[in-house]
Amino acid sequence: MSKRQSSVFLQRRNYRRRRLVDLIRMMPVIGALLWAVPLLWPTGEDGGVTTSKALVYVFLVWFGLVVVTALLSRLALTAQVDENLKDG
Amino acid sequence: MGKSVLLIEDEPNIIEAISFILSRDGWAVSTHSNGHDAVDVVRGAVPDILILDVMLPGKSGFDILRELRETHGPESLPVLMLTARGQLKDREMAEKAGVNRFMTKPFSNAEVLEAVRDLVDA
Amino acid sequence: MATLNILVAVCLIYVIFLFVVAFAAEREARRGKGGWLRSPLVYTLSLSIYCTAWTFYGAVGYAARSGLEYLTIYIGPSLVMIGWWWILRKLVRIGRAQRATSIADLISSRYGKSNLLAVGVTILAVIGTTPYIALQLQSVTLSFAVFSDAGSTFEALADQESTALLVAMGLALFTILFGTRNLDVNERHHGVVMAIAVEAIVKLFALLAVGVFVVWGVGGGLSETLDKIDASKIGMWEMRGDRWASLIFLSAAAFLCLPRMFQVMVVENDDESHLRTASWAFPAYIMVMSLFVVPIAVVGLDLLPEGSNPDLFVLTLPLATGNEGLAMLSFLGGFSSATSMVIVAALALSTMVSNHIVMPIWLTATGGGATVSGDVRNVVILARRFSIAGVVFLGFLYFQLSGGGTALASIGLVSFAGVAQFLPVLLGGVFWRGATRNGAFAGLTVGFMVWAYCLMLPSFGPGVLIPETVMEHGIFGIDWLRPYALFGIEGMDPLVHAVLWSISLNSVVFFLASLIGFPTPLERLQGAQFVNVYEHTENLQSWSGSFAQSEDLMVMSQRILGAREAQILFESEAQRQGVGGYLPEPSPDFLLVLERELSGSVGAATAHAMIGQIVGGASVSVEDLMAVADETAQMMEYSSRLEAKSEEQSRTARQLRQANEKLTEISVQKDAFLSQVSHELRTPMTSIRAFSEILRDSERLSEVEKVKYSSIIHDEALRLTRLLDDLLDLSVLENGQVNLNVQTGDLGALLDHALASALTGAGSEGFTVRRDQAKEAVALNTDLDRLSQVFINLIANARKYCDAEAPALTIRVVQNGASVLVDFVDNGSGISKKDQAVIFEKFARVGEMKAGGAGLGLAICREIMARLGGSVNYLPGQGGAAFRVIVPRTLRKAAE
Repeated sequence: MSKRQSSVFLQRRNYRRRRLVDLIRMMPVIGALLWAVPLLWPTGEDGGVTTSKALVYVFLVWFGLVVVTALLSRLALTAQVDENLKDG
Repeated sequence: MGKSVLLIEDEPNIIEAISFILSRDGWAVSTHSNGHDAVDVVRGAVPDILILDVMLPGKSGFDILRELRETHGPESLPVLMLTARGQLKDREMAEKAGVNRFMTKPFSNAEVLEAVRDLVDA
Repeated sequence: MATLNILVAVCLIYVIFLFVVAFAAEREARRGKGGWLRSPLVYTLSLSIYCTAWTFYGAVGYAARSGLEYLTIYIGPSLVMIGWWWILRKLVRIGRAQRATSIADLISSRYGKSNLLAVGVTILAVIGTTPYIALQLQSVTLSFAVFSDAGSTFEALADQESTALLVAMGLALFTILFGTRNLDVNERHHGVVMAIAVEAIVKLFALLAVGVFVVWGVGGGLSETLDKIDASKIGMWEMRGDRWASLIFLSAAAFLCLPRMFQVMVVENDDESHLRTASWAFPAYIMVMSLFVVPIAVVGLDLLPEGSNPDLFVLTLPLATGNEGLAMLSFLGGFSSATSMVIVAALALSTMVSNHIVMPIWLTATGGGATVSGDVRNVVILARRFSIAGVVFLGFLYFQLSGGGTALASIGLVSFAGVAQFLPVLLGGVFWRGATRNGAFAGLTVGFMVWAYCLMLPSFGPGVLIPETVMEHGIFGIDWLRPYALFGIEGMDPLVHAVLWSISLNSVVFFLASLIGFPTPLERLQGAQFVNVYEHTENLQSWSGSFAQSEDLMVMSQRILGAREAQILFESEAQRQGVGGYLPEPSPDFLLVLERELSGSVGAATAHAMIGQIVGGASVSVEDLMAVADETAQMMEYSSRLEAKSEEQSRTARQLRQANEKLTEISVQKDAFLSQVSHELRTPMTSIRAFSEILRDSERLSEVEKVKYSSIIHDEALRLTRLLDDLLDLSVLENGQVNLNVQTGDLGALLDHALASALTGAGSEGFTVRRDQAKEAVALNTDLDRLSQVFINLIANARKYCDAEAPALTIRVVQNGASVLVDFVDNGSGISKKDQAVIFEKFARVGEMKAGGAGLGLAICREIMARLGGSVNYLPGQGGAAFRVIVPRTLRKAAE
């Protein structure tokens, strides 16, 4: 009984690790999407966005990406201990 | 002028000793000290008798003798062979190659002298 | 003028400081202590050479002119770093697995180790980088000019040029000093990287200081500054979407393809896990770098007089407000940005130029014999040094020719678009096995032609390099070939237009040409290794070189890797194969390992060519191709198991064969042993007997003759005694009954003594002995008399058998852990491979030389060294006969 449990546990861990890698892979896509948002902003005569607001937006995205990536890389490090993350 | 002896040997002291003994007996002694061109030297000036060492640099005494006997001679040249290796096998090889007399070192001077005289007179 | 003097002084002190940092880092690294030198932090900081002077000064100017567009230059690299799992991880893994020395090396390696491709990439990289180096030189001279208050008088201009020249020379010197100190197999430069990391901190700190000063010191706080921003002429978001997107793409591409980035990111990387840290730390770094750019630009526009150069706001703002200290700091920041870029760019380009252009030319020019010509190691280092000087000088020349004017300002993005042409070939090579060399050639050629025609040449201004008629009506009057409106699509932004067309045509041509052609076997192998780098930790074979001569390979590798490294490599490979000594069998595995090692020093293509010369052109066998084809997991596992088994079998067979050869050899020797002993004893006895009979029987002997003959008897008697002593000695040693007399003494003194004993008597006058007395100061605790016996024997052998016209013996001492290696190398013709196997056997004499010994000397030496816990071996590939004595510094008496 205990044997079976441990194997379930391992698989689960493995599964988590894969999803973590998925998230790491998605990060640049998320970043690119967020930074593509300014393309939708209106320009020209009819109003628009001020530079200060644009600046704050771009840097907030930046900051968020850095923090999340740092967290993920930390998690990946601990996950890596049991298997050397070989899937490419 | 006495008859000629060619001594092919690489140990300088032994050359010196044999030359001394033979020249005192009236032989004209010439020497050569390696195996490479020994055959050419013999053919260049065929002596009355050849004294041949076995372990020579370049080519062994057996090979030299075989060459002399089997290709272009001189087939009838009397040959006295000296060796320091004194095994039965060596004597057999020498006889197969066509030696006239085979002696083991260390030799007695008198024996060498006698052997040389014998071989030339025969 | 006083300020200028202080500035020069500060600058000099800073440069000296950098030299010290680099030097200290190199020293620590060499002592093996500098673990902290290679932390992820240093790696991250070294990546900051992406931020050049163009960033430090230019970003503010860019913002002042075009608002937030400057951000794209940093967003691109941030995305690449955040997406490290996709590309960078693979690039670094491949770079390390293939020991790539540069981006040109990596690309050529991927496409069948084609040197032509490497040459192409190198030339394009030089073209793309030279203006950029010029830009850095310009920024340094401009910032000097700001301080010197000089206008545009003639002297000032001359002054500027001499400043630029001085800076260029200083940078070349620094790069040569720390970039080519040694020909590292790993091609890593701790000193350079450390200095860059320090400069990265300086430039970040300087820009932050100016930013904080501007926002809180001049601008009056955060919200006031934000208001000021919105009130300025760049107050509204007016970005053109196409530029925003394509510039982000462009900077991301350039980040991957710039030779200098490849250098720090892949070549200098020595732990893959550093990427994990850099993946967030580097985006953080450039985020902070770009944080205060807009405030500085806005306040500068507001405060400084109309028409002042916004590119220099970072300097002129503190100066205008009387903050000379801050200005000085800011100057140092700009200086750091410029210098670190030039250093790394010169390093990266020089590696490419020397490995792919100079070395192949040199190899062909010297008749192609990697083994016959001189010391390759020195040639490589020399080539690097000249290339560094050449690259920096080229940058200076460009600066001078372009007049340092505005033509340079736009060069940043033009240069980016140029190197970005490598992207399709690089990514295609890494992710697509079908990519071929011809495809790469075609793609690169088309990409660069479009880039040059649509962007680079027109960037010098209308009518300068491209006539205005061509600009307006297209080349040869063909309307749809107008540089700014290819295929008649008008109204696009020139940069976007050029990037779009060059990259897409490049990719399409690369793809189609790859589809059409058929790759060579080597390309297919390399392709599989690159694309599946994660699966193939161990690589497939590419040499089937049973014709290779291990000794030739050794000679060649010693010249490239250095004697010690090559010997260690060969010895460990020989051990792995189960063969004793220093010469492994030239098995494909071994050749592959060797090639990889060599390519670390001279690049993949050259290493491949060099080994090819020796091995004789054999390259890929059918089995290798089969291995590439069968790649399902099961097949791989099955075949690897088979491989392991056959490896095992071939190793056993090799050992058996060697043992058998040795046994036959020994049995022949044993058979001859009795004859030998007999012969050696009987020869002196013959002389003794003959002369004693002469003395006894002859009359009329002169006194002279009597003396002569009795001394012959005496000498021969001594010879007999010596022989008996040797035989006895050997039998005692062989039976292990020897008593060792352990003493402590100095190796140098021991060698003195051995030389004195061995070189007495006639024939030793013309014999030269080369020693390095300083290295011989080693204390030994062993049986000194026995050791001395070994030395005397080896020296006497060298004297007897060295057949050079001017015989010379070199004695080298190397400490190796608890042991000392003493090499005795003469300059004669050496010992043939056949004889090497038997010289240590009893009565073995090499060739036909008879020099009085009975052939027991080396056998005794070997026994003695075994008793002393060391060894004596023949060391092949040293030019002459060479023996290596390994002796433990302290004799361990475990046996007692």
